[in-house]
Amino acid sequence: MATTQSTAAVAAPRSPYGRRKTTRGNYELYSWVFMRASGVVLVVLVFGHLFVNLMVGEGVSAIDFAFVGGKWSSPFWQVWDLLMLWLAMFHGTNGVRTIINDYAQRDSTRGVLKGLLYLAFAIVVVLGTLVIFTFDPCPANADPELLASFCTA
Amino acid sequence: MTAVLENPASEPAVGAVPSFEVTLRIRRYNPESVHGDEATWDEFTVTAHGTDRVLDALHKIKWELDGSLTFRRSCAHGVCGSDAMRINGRNRLACKTLLKDVNPDKPIIVEPIKGLPVVKDLVVDMEPFFASYREIMPFLVTTGNEPSRERIQSAEDRARFDDTTKCILCAACTSSCPVFWTDGQYFGPAAIVNAHRFIFDSRDEGAAQRLEILNDKEGVWRCRTTFNCTEACPRGIEVTKAIQEVKRAMITRAF
Repeated sequence: MATTQSTAAVAAPRSPYGRRKTTRGNYELYSWVFMRASGVVLVVLVFGHLFVNLMVGEGVSAIDFAFVGGKWSSPFWQVWDLLMLWLAMFHGTNGVRTIINDYAQRDSTRGVLKGLLYLAFAIVVVLGTLVIFTFDPCPANADPELLASFCTA
Repeated sequence: MTAVLENPASEPAVGAVPSFEVTLRIRRYNPESVHGDEATWDEFTVTAHGTDRVLDALHKIKWELDGSLTFRRSCAHGVCGSDAMRINGRNRLACKTLLKDVNPDKPIIVEPIKGLPVVKDLVVDMEPFFASYREIMPFLVTTGNEPSRERIQSAEDRARFDDTTKCILCAACTSSCPVFWTDGQYFGPAAIVNAHRFIFDSRDEGAAQRLEILNDKEGVWRCRTTFNCTEACPRGIEVTKAIQEVKRAMITRAF
């Protein structure tokens, strides 16, 4: 009655292991709470951003260099976009960090992936923050047609 | 003419349990065999009755067809938690699963539970599982003098943790958890369920210690609420709910 079948498709049973070390602390607790809190704030920020850009006034057709320049000359929108950038980057990076922890099976893989993740995080956050604060809405020698109205006034 | 009973053998007796042929496809592993560290699949066909469980079919195979088939079972009635195995892709107790409930028309696939090292055939090394269980201190922790009579508890206080007292440590939940599968560092649902049983016990005073132990990178925060554990539990414990209650206790403690 017994028939032994092909063995090729079966993975080898895993080797023994034990828990390596205790890693107690509030880090994961705060990260868990942050994910929920930042998620709620991001919903408000992102939908507010979409509403102001796409729905108010002339809507999506009004978006050009002048529109963005006009927005970023106001401290309110600078803070809004800065908050959106930072929260989105922390929220997203933390989410991907969790996924890497869940799926990477070896510590070396985990380390490399997280290193790349944090590098990407740092580049985007630094670059984004720099742009928001050093953005010049009225560059010299530009076509006045393309600039916000307050540049020529 | 004499009336003749036609084919008396084929007529089932009144009240008899119908029998059928069932095939079990079992994952075998024996490092001392010719296959070495390679796992293989064996198929066995046995005659079973409508009242038979997967465990009965395994018994029949072991007793009549292949004595080398190895699996754990003790009470055979869903209490001891020895025979948790992966049957048709889901963790179940072989002694609580009727063959007719897992589609006996097709071969029934029986594997050891996932995520724990296989020792032989369907037997896994439960030590990593029990190590996590021991870490959460599964015993009453109190301070002060021992009372001279029993510790009285109201029915409401008892009901608070009633669900998690049902655990039989079969490892069906922990070995169904995809986070546990990754590297086995996660404490696992069973350890958290048994911590919950003491954390919410009004007579116990070790809740702070237990929360401290589970407030770990590999503790409750690795739960992704996939509900695999709740679905796998042969005792019907709401495992994911218990884990979330422990999380909530930690958050209210921290803020």
